[in-house]
Amino acid sequence: MTTTTAPSRANGVAAAPEKAGGKKINAGKVAAWAAMIILILITLFPFYWMIRTAFSTSKSLFSDPNSLLPVDFTLGAFKRVLGLATPAEAQAEGGSGAAVNFWLFLRNSIVYATLSTAGQVFFSALAAYAFARLRWPGRDKVFFLFLTALMIPPIFVMLPNFILIKNLGLLNTFPGLILPYFFMTPFAIFFLRQFFLGISREIEEAAKLDGAGHWLIFFRIILPMSWAPIITLFILTFINQWNDYFWPLLVGANDKVRVLTVALGVFRSQTPQGSPDWAGLMAAVLVAALPILILFFAFAKKIVNSIGFSGVK
Amino acid sequence: MTTDTVEPLVAADYKTGVRGTDRPPGKGDLGMALIFILPAAVGFAVFYLYPFIRGFYFSLTRYNLLGTPHFIGFDNFTKLFQDKLFWNALLVTVEYVLINIVLQTVLAVAIAVLMHRLTQSTVIRGLILLPFLISNVIAALVWFWLLDYQIGLVNGFIAAIGFDKIPFFGDAAWAIPTIAVVNVWRHMGYTALLVFAGLQTIPGYVYEAASVDGSTEWKSFWRITLPLLRPILALVLVITVTGSFQVFDTVAVTTKGGPGNASRVMQYYIYQKGFTEGQFGYASALSVILFIILATVALIQLRLLRAGESDLA
Repeated sequence: MTTTTAPSRANGVAAAPEKAGGKKINAGKVAAWAAMIILILITLFPFYWMIRTAFSTSKSLFSDPNSLLPVDFTLGAFKRVLGLATPAEAQAEGGSGAAVNFWLFLRNSIVYATLSTAGQVFFSALAAYAFARLRWPGRDKVFFLFLTALMIPPIFVMLPNFILIKNLGLLNTFPGLILPYFFMTPFAIFFLRQFFLGISREIEEAAKLDGAGHWLIFFRIILPMSWAPIITLFILTFINQWNDYFWPLLVGANDKVRVLTVALGVFRSQTPQGSPDWAGLMAAVLVAALPILILFFAFAKKIVNSIGFSGVK
Repeated sequence: MTTDTVEPLVAADYKTGVRGTDRPPGKGDLGMALIFILPAAVGFAVFYLYPFIRGFYFSLTRYNLLGTPHFIGFDNFTKLFQDKLFWNALLVTVEYVLINIVLQTVLAVAIAVLMHRLTQSTVIRGLILLPFLISNVIAALVWFWLLDYQIGLVNGFIAAIGFDKIPFFGDAAWAIPTIAVVNVWRHMGYTALLVFAGLQTIPGYVYEAASVDGSTEWKSFWRITLPLLRPILALVLVITVTGSFQVFDTVAVTTKGGPGNASRVMQYYIYQKGFTEGQFGYASALSVILFIILATVALIQLRLLRAGESDLA
């Protein structure tokens, strides 16, 4: 945070920028803020447009495509998506009228993201402890081997993993979806190992002298002390899993286990009246993104601050 | 739990291993470590190592997913080098990566530098990150709607200021740049935060000194920020370029590789060969090529990174 002290904001004015800061309106700074605001607007506008579209009727999207506010404000699109509208109503409003199993897909997304994240974080934490705190021959070699997996493009292992899951008879089941992510990812182990390495050994040594074994040390000392990074990792992994598309597309195309991302892809391909049901689609997109957005606003600071090189380098 | 029964064993190892130091050499905590890494090791072996080896094997077979793989040597690869669609996929992917990475890196550096010089606000960093939190699928759908030819807002605007509407996803020349820009929108904030983290490592006094010497903000950027940022940019590029090569979701949801073959990127081509055409061996060969390309790109970049590091010292 030392960077905030850098005073050279006053564009090239050599000596007196500190004093002038408040009084003079600095053209460079105004331009910089203007650029920043434009970039933020570009970032945020599509979110606004989702909302604006979702609250409009499909008909009005054709009559008033460029209105910045919702036209014919309605909750119809949400009702359609959440299955609260009758097929006739849905069709009248530009939907396909086919039942949208939105709640089912929502449940599937929750099951998939939660279980795969929980397993991954827990087992990766166990392994990270062994790599950071235990002494055993070949430790660093094994760790390096795990890390090389970071270099493999996911699709390269996903094709054979698909065959494996298929041969195990687990296509279109939750175990099939979850297993490849359940035990570890190289990133999770790497991320947690970094934090475990930073925990003071003294507490651990003291616990050892008191006769505590490694399980006790792990659950009573290491885990509680690394709560913050573990939650951060959990959230980041959860978001990743929630947004995952390729693997669920391969393994979980069936309704029973179809997750939201895959369902949205299917929804988009339906063009009930010549074009997609845009209002319905945007309503679906909003509801699908909602859990993540809630999670984000609850933990914004943690998430934002976690992005740096602690986890990458 | 099992703590009590296992711990004495470790303690015994500890004693026998002592050679005048307080650190246990030799086997150390091997028994314990094996238990801790067991789940992760199983996950690694089954879902990374095994499929990694199997991926190469499948690339040497004819395999239609129904029967058993039939070994055919390098036939897939000889066929592949004569496959016009493969070369097209490679070309299209490279075009995508170039547009995506150049735009994204420039914008990310711009955002990061602006934030660095203007504000440390977590709120702004959070807003900038927002698109990264929603899935590729959702980002693709929102832009698919915004850029719709008939009633999309962007085309409404283009028409309003007197130009011809642009078929963003429907025109062979526009499809790839459009998909690239959509993904720039989703990833630029995340990349900016990575770069921002890098900027934090540049000490403030460097700028103070430059400012005292009469350097302008603009000059400082080119002479201080960018050179000192080089190793971090290299690292960021390793992540973003390898990610960019694996573009799939956006294509799958919007153009499905079209119009014609205009946006049939590598991963989409692999997906089609493997899963819609059932040529799994051939798809595996394609993914071997993708793997080799990515490994090469990463190695080159890491070498650049190392060169940068010696610079910094």
